[in-house]
Amino acid sequence: MVDDDDDCERMTPSRRAMLGAAGALFAWSFVPKFAYAAAGSRDPRFLLVVLRGALDGLSAVPPIGDPDYAGLREDIALMRDGPDAALPLDGFFYLHPAMPNLARLYASGQASIVHAAATGYRERSHFDGQDVLESGQAGPGRTESGWLNRLIASLPPGEGVSRRGVLGVGVVPPLVVRGEAPILGWAPPRMARAGPDLIQRLGDLYGQRDPGLARALSQAGLTEGIAQRRGMGSEVRGGGGPDSADGMKRIAEGAAALVGADDGPRIAALAFEGWDTHANEGGAKGRLAQLLGGLDGALASFEAGLKPVWNDTVVMVVTEFGRTAKVNGTVGTDHGTGTVAFLVGGAVKGGRMIADWPGLKLEQLHEKRDLKPTTDIRAVAKGVVSELFGLSGPVLAEKVFPGTGGLAPLAGLVG
Amino acid sequence: MASPSDARSDSVGLQRFGLGFGVGQSPAIRVGARDRLLAEIDRRALPQPAGLPFSGTAEIGAALYAFEDRERSGREARRAAQASEAQVAAAQPALAQSVPAAPASSTPQSPMAQPKPAAEPALPYRTYRQEVLARVRLALDAETGFGERLVQFWSNHFCVGATKSNLTRIMAGAYEREAIRPHVFGRFEEMLVAAESHPAMLDFLDNRLSIGPSSPAGKRRGRGLNENLAREILELHTLGVSGGYAQVDVTNLARIITGWTVVGREAVLGFPGSFAFNAGLHEPGAPPLLGKPYGQPGKEKGLAALGDLARHPATADFIAIKLVRHFVADDPPPALVRALSAVFRRTEGDLAAVSRALLESDAAWRAEPTKIRSPQEFLIAAFRALGRKPDFGQIIGPLGVIGQPLWQPAGPNGYPDGNEAWASPEGIKTRIDVAAGWGRQAAGNVPDPRLLTEDILGPLLSPETRQAVARAESRPQALALMLMSPEFQRR
Repeated sequence: MVDDDDDCERMTPSRRAMLGAAGALFAWSFVPKFAYAAAGSRDPRFLLVVLRGALDGLSAVPPIGDPDYAGLREDIALMRDGPDAALPLDGFFYLHPAMPNLARLYASGQASIVHAAATGYRERSHFDGQDVLESGQAGPGRTESGWLNRLIASLPPGEGVSRRGVLGVGVVPPLVVRGEAPILGWAPPRMARAGPDLIQRLGDLYGQRDPGLARALSQAGLTEGIAQRRGMGSEVRGGGGPDSADGMKRIAEGAAALVGADDGPRIAALAFEGWDTHANEGGAKGRLAQLLGGLDGALASFEAGLKPVWNDTVVMVVTEFGRTAKVNGTVGTDHGTGTVAFLVGGAVKGGRMIADWPGLKLEQLHEKRDLKPTTDIRAVAKGVVSELFGLSGPVLAEKVFPGTGGLAPLAGLVG
Repeated sequence: MASPSDARSDSVGLQRFGLGFGVGQSPAIRVGARDRLLAEIDRRALPQPAGLPFSGTAEIGAALYAFEDRERSGREARRAAQASEAQVAAAQPALAQSVPAAPASSTPQSPMAQPKPAAEPALPYRTYRQEVLARVRLALDAETGFGERLVQFWSNHFCVGATKSNLTRIMAGAYEREAIRPHVFGRFEEMLVAAESHPAMLDFLDNRLSIGPSSPAGKRRGRGLNENLAREILELHTLGVSGGYAQVDVTNLARIITGWTVVGREAVLGFPGSFAFNAGLHEPGAPPLLGKPYGQPGKEKGLAALGDLARHPATADFIAIKLVRHFVADDPPPALVRALSAVFRRTEGDLAAVSRALLESDAAWRAEPTKIRSPQEFLIAAFRALGRKPDFGQIIGPLGVIGQPLWQPAGPNGYPDGNEAWASPEGIKTRIDVAAGWGRQAAGNVPDPRLLTEDILGPLLSPETRQAVARAESRPQALALMLMSPEFQRR
C-alpha cells in the first residue's frame, strides 16, 4: 500500500505535465481536467465483460448439491472430491476448479454469483441474444445503441463519469457501448503506430469533408493520450486473441490501466470469445476449463491493475444465454437459456450466491431442456448501476433498459 | 456523352461494386463502368486461384491425415525416449546425484532440450498461407472485381473459421474454391448444398460428430445429435433468425442431416477428408421441418430439405437484405430489397439474375457513398492503387490488426458488415497506422503522389484531399493521406 501511495504521489505531477504537452500537440484531442472524488463519496468504476458464445453456467458454477446434476452432465459432471474437485462456494453451488482467483475473491467478500439468470430473450440465436444483452432492449432487432452508452448519456453532463465517455475495448467496439455518447476505443497494440502529424492532418481533412470519420478519429485520440502516459504506447506485441488465456489477460490489463487512470473513462466494456461449446466441452479439464482459466486470469489482472480504486470497482461478467442442461450427443452442450453472471470487485457486497434455484428435474427445466431462468439479468444490471452511479428508477426503466418498469433493480448488490 | 456527374457516379459505382482502381488503369476503366461490371456476370465463370499445392479437398485430406500421423508418431517416439531416460536415471540414483549440477539446457542427451530448428510452419498453416496469397493475387489482378467481391460476400455468408481445427484451417481456401466460387453466378440452392456438405463446414459446425440417436451407431455407442450446423443453416444461411422456425425445426433438421460427415483416415467411404453420407449415423424416420415431413432415403432427405429452404420466401428476403446492406447502405432501401427478393423468388435463386438486378438498379448505382470499405476491401484497394504485389506476411499482418484476416471470423455469422463495426474510433485509428506503414513501404516506387492521387480518385477527388496530399510533409505521408481520404475509404 505504501508503494502504491508513493507511486500516485510521484506520478501525478508528471502526468499533469504530459497532459499539457499532449494538449498542445494534438489539437483534436481533448484535455480532461482532473476531478478527484470528494472525501467520503465514491468515484466508481464499472467494467462489463461479455462472454460471446453462451457460457455453460452449469459447468462454471456447478450445482453439485442438486441431486439431478450429475446424471444430466454424465462424463463432464464436476465432483466435490477427488483430484480435480470443484471449489466450494456455499455447500450447494461449487466453482469450476479452473477459477481459483474467483473462489478467493468470493471467500473474501469481493465477489457474488448470480445463477439461473438470463435476459428476457428466450430464443437461441447467439447473435440476437447478444443484441438483447447489449442493447438493453426487450427483444432483438437492428439496434443502434447499447445500454452502457445510454447510461452515460443519462448521467449529468460535465466533469463526472459522463464527460469521460465509455470505453469499448477491441478494434470493433461492442454494441453495448455504441450510441450517441462519446465512445473511446482501445485495442492491444500489435504494430507500430502512425505519427501525430499524419493524424493531425487527417483530423483536419475529416473536419472539412467527413464528420463521421472526424468524430471517430477524435474519440480514438482520447484513449491514445491516456495509453501513452501509462506506458501502453507503441510497443509491438503479438499473442493470442480474445479467445485465448493470453489474449484475455492482455485485454484485461489494458482495460484496467485505462479505467484506473485519473483522467480515464469510468465505464468500459470488453468481450471474450470462444464459449460456444457444442462438442468436447470437457469437465474439470479441457476446452471450457481453459477458457474459464483465462477468465479467472483476467479477473486477477483487473484486481491488480485497478488496485488503488478496487474498492470503487464492480466488474460484471455476463453472457447471452446458457446451454442445455443435458450433455448432447457429442459430449458438449447445445444452446440453452439460464446461466450465471459474476459480480467481482471491492465495491461488491460479496461472498453470496444469488439464486432462486428452479431445480433440474425434467419438468423444472425451461422447455424440458434448459436451466430455467429465475433472475432477470437486467434487474441485476439495474441494481448495480443504480447503486454505483446513483441513477433513479425511472431513468433506468425508460431510457437505459426501456420497458422494464415492472422489473425492480436488485437491491444490495453494491456495498 | 458522359456529363461530369456521370463520371463521378461511374467512379462511385466501380468502388461500390468492384475492388478499386489499379494504378494506370483508372481513366480507361471509368468509361462504360456499368457495362464492364455486367460483362462479368455474362462471363458466368470466375477464374480459380493459381499456383496452389493441392488441387482440392480429397488431396488435402490425404495430406492432412498423413501429416497428423507423422506428428503423432513423432510425439510417441519422444515420449518413449523420455520414459527410457527416466528409467535409466531411476536405476542409477547415485550416479545421477554425483553428476555436478549443470544447467538443464546444456544436457545434450535429451532430444527435448535441443533447440528446435526454425521450422517451416506446419502443413495446415503453410497451406492456409498459400490459399490466402493465391486468393489475394486473384483479386489484385481482376479488372473491375465485381465477381471477386461476390466471392467475398458469399464466403462470409457461408463462413467457416480457420481457427477451429487443423481441418478447417487447411481446407478454408479449398472450401471457398469448391463450395462458393463456382456458384457465384449459379443457383443459390447449389451453393447452399455445396457449402453444407463441404468437409470444412461439417467440421466447423460439428455435424461430422452428430449421430442419430436411433441410428445403428447411436444405439451402439449411446451418442447423439449435435444441433450446431442445423441451427446456423436456418438462422444464418437461409431463413434468417426471424424466418419463422422453432426449436423443434432446429432439432429435426439436425436429425435430417445426420450422416453428412467427413471420410476418416481409414478411407472406408471414399477419399480421406472428403464428404460422405454415412448411413450408419443417419437417424431413421421422417422428421417434419416447418411442418413438412422428410422421409426420403439417406442423403436425399437432407437435399430435399435444403432445396425447400433455398426456395423459401424468407430466404429470398434475407439474402436480398444482406446483399443490399453489403453493397449499397447500412440501412438498406426497402424498395431495392423488395426488387431483389422478387427476382430471387421468380428465378428460384438464380444468383446471376439477382446480381444483374442489383447492378441495373439506378437506386443501387446512384446512392451516395456512405459505406466504409471493409478491411479486406481496403487492403485490396490499397495494393491495387499502389501497384504492389504483397507477400503473405504483408497481407495477413495488416488484416489481423484491422480485424478481418481471411476466413477467421469470431463466429459463424461471419464478419460484420456496417460502419458501426469498421468506422469505429479504434478501427479508424488502426487503419491510419496501417496506411502509414503502406505509405512508407510504397514511397520509393511512386514518382509523384499527387499524380497518383489524381489517377486513382479521378472525379471523386475533392479539393480538400488534393490540397492535403499536395501539402504533405513527405511522400509516405502523402500516400497515407490518399489511402485514408474519405474518397478512398467510402464507397
